[in-house]
Amino acid sequence: MSNMKTMFDLNRIDSHGGTVDNTNQQSGQAPINALEVRNLNFYYGSFQGLKDINLDIEQGKVTAFIGPSGCGKSTLLRTLNRMYDLYPGQRAEGTINFYGQNILEPGQDLNLLRSRIGMVFQKPTPFPMSIYENIAFGARLYEKLSRSEMDERVEWALNKAALWNEAKDKLNQSGLSLSGGQQQRLCIARAVAVKPSVILLDEPTSALDPISTGKIEELINELKTEYTIAIVTHNMQQAARVSDYTAYMYLGVLVEYGKTDEIFIKPQRKETEDYITGRFG
Amino acid sequence: MNNISNIDQSLFAKRKRANKIGLTLSMGAMLLGMVFLFWILGVLLFKGLSAIDLNLFIHNTPAPGSEGGGLANAIVGSLMIVASCTLISTPIGVLAGLYLSEYGDRSKVAAVTRFVTDIMLSAPSIVIGLFVYALVVAQVRHFSGWAGTIALALIAIPVVVRTTENMLRLVPGSLREAAYALGTPKWKVAYKVTLRAAKSGVMTGILLALARVSGETAPLLFTALNNQFFSTNMNAPMANLPVVIFQFAMSPYDNWVDLAWGGALLITFTVLGLNILARVVFREKVQG
Repeated sequence: MSNMKTMFDLNRIDSHGGTVDNTNQQSGQAPINALEVRNLNFYYGSFQGLKDINLDIEQGKVTAFIGPSGCGKSTLLRTLNRMYDLYPGQRAEGTINFYGQNILEPGQDLNLLRSRIGMVFQKPTPFPMSIYENIAFGARLYEKLSRSEMDERVEWALNKAALWNEAKDKLNQSGLSLSGGQQQRLCIARAVAVKPSVILLDEPTSALDPISTGKIEELINELKTEYTIAIVTHNMQQAARVSDYTAYMYLGVLVEYGKTDEIFIKPQRKETEDYITGRFG
Repeated sequence: MNNISNIDQSLFAKRKRANKIGLTLSMGAMLLGMVFLFWILGVLLFKGLSAIDLNLFIHNTPAPGSEGGGLANAIVGSLMIVASCTLISTPIGVLAGLYLSEYGDRSKVAAVTRFVTDIMLSAPSIVIGLFVYALVVAQVRHFSGWAGTIALALIAIPVVVRTTENMLRLVPGSLREAAYALGTPKWKVAYKVTLRAAKSGVMTGILLALARVSGETAPLLFTALNNQFFSTNMNAPMANLPVVIFQFAMSPYDNWVDLAWGGALLITFTVLGLNILARVVFREKVQG
């Protein structure tokens, strides 16, 4: 099992640089950035949703975006896999380097990009097919796997999402037959099955009960050993619990960005402090 | 205790009165509709049931003046024409609906397609019959089952197109986004995810289109015409229930009139069955 995994990680991440590897931090080398956002401006038609955003998303870490509704945190997340491209009238200016390649350049293969930078949404969105097919769907897009390899991949992905034990006896049942929390873990498993290097989570727990939320937070901690994670959350405790870096945004501007401990213990800016202490927002 | 001081009694009484009038009117309207529906069904059952026996299904339409007879040729003809109509209109209708919802969206082509489809939906079926007559029958110089099929398909396609489009639009955008987020190419999102999510709604549309065309008479009158004999040749005139009913009901022969009643009952209950099936299929969607 672990052999297979390493093999795929190597195969798939080569094109964009090294595999996720935390050893460099431990040995004191400079951290590697999976994504570098530079002078990013984003427009919904004539409305500017993001203003001159600059930030680095470090490989193998969890970066949280917090801020009041409408501050642009989801918008920022959706530029990272160019999800906004589905909608005419939305456009981004600036650069977003993904292991050195500017993904905002024209001529990018967006499908390939999205297979490298996966995304999980607020509402669980299982496809109208069996649990097995839900996972296999994405894996099948870019890899030719034999039946047994696919079985292994499905089991591996469901294990990653801590859903294997609950789902192993009903792989042929509809994904919609699962509970809300299980559905969301299925969506995470589906994203993981494609073997992306970055996973974007857009308020992944805001539709879930506290127990399911707890499970997903544990999962995020597990996943960050192998994936780079960016998460948008409304819940500041969640940001404090799961993230290594936190970005506070307000009205399309990145107000403050730094290590989560520092942001929550001694924020540099008054606005950030007001927000995280609940005096505002 | 019932008199709460701040309520104006006259306003309250007025509202109750208005409520009563509204309720009476809508109940009356409903009754009016129900009376005619059950009247029709009742007369059909009363007159048609006696004509329905095994002979109806195994004998062909009788010649003028001969006794007995059945509708076997008309039943088989109707089944063949409606089945080929379904085979033609389903792929065209579903693909066009998919285009309108997933690809065309706000484009000019889509707007025009939608407009034309809406006109076709309400086009008188006799006009469609004449159109196919001019286009096919007049060209090949004989009536045929295929001509009937084409006429019925022209009626069924717009129904399938619009229901498919509407059902696809009900699929939440978040499901499409989730598919795109895995790196799925657009055609695969449309076929494997969106269409699949709307499957039961699309099936319902196809069944309703089937129900609609299986009772159509006018377009067949100009195209498939009729055939007194048993024939499965789609290139020749073909017997079919609606036209047989039309001709037999106006005939002077008692056994023909009885057969017309039997045929009418058969069609009505087939359509009723299709409608019920469509509802059942659609309800299954809720259970996923």
